Amino acid sequence: MEIRTKVINSHDKTPSHSDEFIKGLWRENPVFVQVLGMCPTLAVTNSAINALAMGLATFFVIVMSNTLVSLLRHAIPQQVRIASYILIIATFVTLVDYLLQAMSLTLHQALGAFVPLIVVNCVILGRAEAFASKNSAARSFLDGAGMGLGFTLGLLCLGMVRELLGSGSLFGFMLLPDNFEKWTIMLLPGGGFFTLGLWLLVINYFNRRKVQS
Amino acid sequence: MAIDKLDLKKNVLSAGKSLAVFAIVASALVGLTFISTKTTIEDNERETLLKSLNALVPVGYYNNDLYKDSIPLDTPALNYRKKPITIYRARLDNNPVAAIFSVTAPDGYNGAINMLIAIRANETLSGVRVVSHKETPGLGDAIEIEKSYWIKSFDDKSLSNPVEKKWRVKKDGGEFDQLTGATITPRAIVKITKKSLLYFMENKDQIFGDTKNVTSGL
Repeated sequence: MEIRTKVINSHDKTPSHSDEFIKGLWRENPVFVQVLGMCPTLAVTNSAINALAMGLATFFVIVMSNTLVSLLRHAIPQQVRIASYILIIATFVTLVDYLLQAMSLTLHQALGAFVPLIVVNCVILGRAEAFASKNSAARSFLDGAGMGLGFTLGLLCLGMVRELLGSGSLFGFMLLPDNFEKWTIMLLPGGGFFTLGLWLLVINYFNRRKVQS
Repeated sequence: MAIDKLDLKKNVLSAGKSLAVFAIVASALVGLTFISTKTTIEDNERETLLKSLNALVPVGYYNNDLYKDSIPLDTPALNYRKKPITIYRARLDNNPVAAIFSVTAPDGYNGAINMLIAIRANETLSGVRVVSHKETPGLGDAIEIEKSYWIKSFDDKSLSNPVEKKWRVKKDGGEFDQLTGATITPRAIVKITKKSLLYFMENKDQIFGDTKNVTSGL
């Protein structure tokens, strides 16, 4: 309750529904502003298609869990709420895992252990605890959709840069000429950190300029 | 004090009860999805495997059910982490055509390399393919057929061509090219391929013979 009041006070009014959705895309982007969920962000973004699949899987889980947690917020006992959230999240992650296997086995193999690990993605648990447990289902749905989409966009930003420079392709299509010397480092963990750092630099630069002007 | 305890007990019980209800509903949901996607997932797995098997032994060369005609093989020489490997047997009108070993090279640069090694009945290699691996991108991953044709250097080879002693990478005095910047990866692949060939030569009749050992599917 406390957090909610604070938010309202700082904005002087309840945020509009569209604002709940939009804030996750840019102002409170989970990857670039909150810098949450870094494990999948760095690990599976070595190609654009992996990044997209991981982003959409997370999107589905966060939308569903946010909505359900919000609907059940009066039924979940305070003492076991985190356990209940994890249970809800784990259920949807397992569903995604099966569905992904049924849709594309190659994609499932490429994402490997990171699909089950969505359970412990702190973005999702964070939204359940900080938002969905205190807001209406409609707002929680929009918040989840915004955050999920923001997360997907963040992953795509990393995945596209890394694939283009590391493999010379985008979504598997060769874009750069054959004589382009591929930056193999971009496909390795180090490249993930470099790319993330550069994106943070660019985004913080623009945000600061906006604040100054 | 007594009242506090009673309250606590009631609280814990009610919390436990709701958690149990959530768990049951969640399990039911997971079970339902599992059942409804099971056949699709199995089909996908079979299709993916058949595609890789057919790349090594093309469709026209055999007419049995390659996917089902498999046997587990438990031999210390080829087992990975003490688990038996699988051999798929291709036959044409019940005559042996080729055996495909689904093996794992344990000693890649970044751990295990899963491979398919297809050996024709005349003891020559029909081909070798890497199914999955964790080798370094840009260096060791040239073992993938999509990245380079290195893996094709095994085509038509046997233990007499080159002679057994030459079944090494060039750096170790053998016949096979190493990859630039990656010697450990090719070394692991040459080793497991040679071992599979050896096993095939020594146990060919058993591999194709005993149909009682055939397990259905995997």
